Amino acid sequence: MNSVEKNSNETAVVVQDLERRFGSFIAVNRVSFEVKKGEIFGFLGPNGAGKSTTIRMLIGVLAPTDGVGTVAGFDIRTQAEEIKKHIGYMSQKFSLYDDLTVSENIDFYSGIYRIDPARKKARKEWVIEMAGLEHHRHSRTAILSGGWKQRLALGCAILHEPPVIFLDEPTSGVDPVSRRQFWDLIYELSGKGVTVFVTTHYMDEAEYCDRLGLIYRGELIAAGTPETLKTELMQEDVLEVICERPQDAMGEIEQIEGIKEVALFGKGLHVVVEETERAVAAISDLLQRRGYAVTRVEGIVPSLEDVFVSLIEARDRAEQPQQEVKR
Amino acid sequence: MFERIKHMLIKEFIQIFRDPKMKGVIFLMPVIQVLVFGYAVTTDVKHVATAVYDQDNSPASRELVSRFAGTEYFDVAEYIYHEGRVTELLDHGKVRAIIRIREGYGDDLRAGKTPQLQVIVDGTDSNTAGTVLDYTTDITREYSKQVLSRRYARLQGQPVDPPRVVLDTRPWFNANLESRNFYVPGVIAIIVMLITLMLTSMAVVREKEIGTMEQIMVTPITPAEFILGKTVPFALIGIADVILVTVVGVFWFEVPIRGNLALLFLATGFYLMTTLGVGLLISTVSDTQQQAMMSTFFFYFPAVLLSGFMFPIANMPESVQWLTYLNPLRYFLVVVRGIFLKGIGPLILWPQMAALLVMGLITLWFASKRFKKTSV
Repeated sequence: MNSVEKNSNETAVVVQDLERRFGSFIAVNRVSFEVKKGEIFGFLGPNGAGKSTTIRMLIGVLAPTDGVGTVAGFDIRTQAEEIKKHIGYMSQKFSLYDDLTVSENIDFYSGIYRIDPARKKARKEWVIEMAGLEHHRHSRTAILSGGWKQRLALGCAILHEPPVIFLDEPTSGVDPVSRRQFWDLIYELSGKGVTVFVTTHYMDEAEYCDRLGLIYRGELIAAGTPETLKTELMQEDVLEVICERPQDAMGEIEQIEGIKEVALFGKGLHVVVEETERAVAAISDLLQRRGYAVTRVEGIVPSLEDVFVSLIEARDRAEQPQQEVKR
Repeated sequence: MFERIKHMLIKEFIQIFRDPKMKGVIFLMPVIQVLVFGYAVTTDVKHVATAVYDQDNSPASRELVSRFAGTEYFDVAEYIYHEGRVTELLDHGKVRAIIRIREGYGDDLRAGKTPQLQVIVDGTDSNTAGTVLDYTTDITREYSKQVLSRRYARLQGQPVDPPRVVLDTRPWFNANLESRNFYVPGVIAIIVMLITLMLTSMAVVREKEIGTMEQIMVTPITPAEFILGKTVPFALIGIADVILVTVVGVFWFEVPIRGNLALLFLATGFYLMTTLGVGLLISTVSDTQQQAMMSTFFFYFPAVLLSGFMFPIANMPESVQWLTYLNPLRYFLVVVRGIFLKGIGPLILWPQMAALLVMGLITLWFASKRFKKTSV
């Protein structure tokens, strides 16, 4: 418990044993983590894993069933309204008024956040410039492209210059160029000392984060920097196999003993194995015998995707016997 | 506090007035409703299509028929000559009443017997049928009286007017019993209810649907500010509609307005508190605009039917009459009709005004209790 209070000088978000139940369903199961000030913290997990439920508890729109936590130094159980003054939130759902113009949307939110009249104009210009909407200030929001809308939504959510920002799948449905621009923006904010808590299921975006938390079936199953996760958390090794007809080769490789998983990855295959050397030999041998032209079979640093898939499968294997007992 | 409410109001008004359909709903719909109720909806029964089946065909029977045909109530559409046509005409709805005079009518009358006159009415629409039967009773009674006095005169050799009671009827407040005087003030009550219910429930649910609601919940806005921001614009629109319908009613339909306008607006204010409160309650239980629309009508139709707008509450079963005490429309109708037609003031209308105020405070209080920024 003490860690919650002790660290509030260096941490922006602290939760301990956070839990949320909906009836008998446990959406978030005793999750604990910390986010340091100025950090970009990525929250990853498949759909329905509990990412949004966790974020909703942190931003004060959903009460936790159990557990404690603070956001920007305020208690998530008792000071939800204080938290709302000190955070910005942007969700996957488009959160601006389509029938209002760019300028009207900004004015509305700056009224709701009661921005100091002296700062209002400067903040508005900042948002318009940041979103690149100088020539569209009097256009209806409805006609803007996805990338513009998303930057405008972010601008409206941080008009009041909050120290902590929560982004719930902010880049879903946005083109790659806009996604890149959006991340530049996040870096810029982080550079100014703003803490960014972001959920995503894009692996390349996960690589941009300072630290990551992986949530699966309501539980936090791994946390650390992308480097740590890739090098330390994965018990198995990963091989890259580049050969002809990778889809057919997949079936062949799966038959070899000691192979845990084979998945298509780019032009080739990623193969999860218990031990690199033996597997390299076995795979090269088998493919040559079956007449596949092999370009490359070697051990690589696993990608985040490999790590997550392997962690999730390990979790599934561990849970299966339990579930069978329950039945 | 006012800064946020101000921006909520600006936003709501921009959204409403930027939408051409909304403008139609707010300004055109009330006018159309008044026109419909002023012109088309009338409970006055006139010019009833009637068939005559005169089997006697004597001077006496023709005289009786002319008594009916001579009024504005009955229009003779057809003379029929055989039995089968009676069912045919009624089945096809070509006529709503049939006057049938049996053979021997004239002879009986001359002989001093009491002949019978048969009137068949289409009872499908019980209200109209009842009114038609009232007319035939009146006409027949009047005719019998004349037959009787002619008979006296013949017997005594001089004209006689037998003693009788003369009825002197005077409808107060609506001297010509025009149904539009009854309906047009009522339209104010029902149209304001419909528009404010729909606008309020939709305004909140639409934000839930497009996702802006969640965004608003993450801002420091207080529930009171949000609720005021979502009700004040629609209250103002409700009052504008009252003015609009009143102007059309008074200047176009010449519906009298005999009472105090200030009292009308005060009562409208109380009444709006109830409709806006119900609208907000609907929005808290609905997640989609369709649900909100269905819930609105689920409330609205019973409210109109059980208000005395068209059907008198006194005619309803007692248990249903008790239910009407929960209906804000019931009280507001008494107030608007009282102010328009009777010209009565707060001394008489205070119980209704008080009921509206209490119901308004309760519904708004309840709606704001249900509205939470943090769900548990």
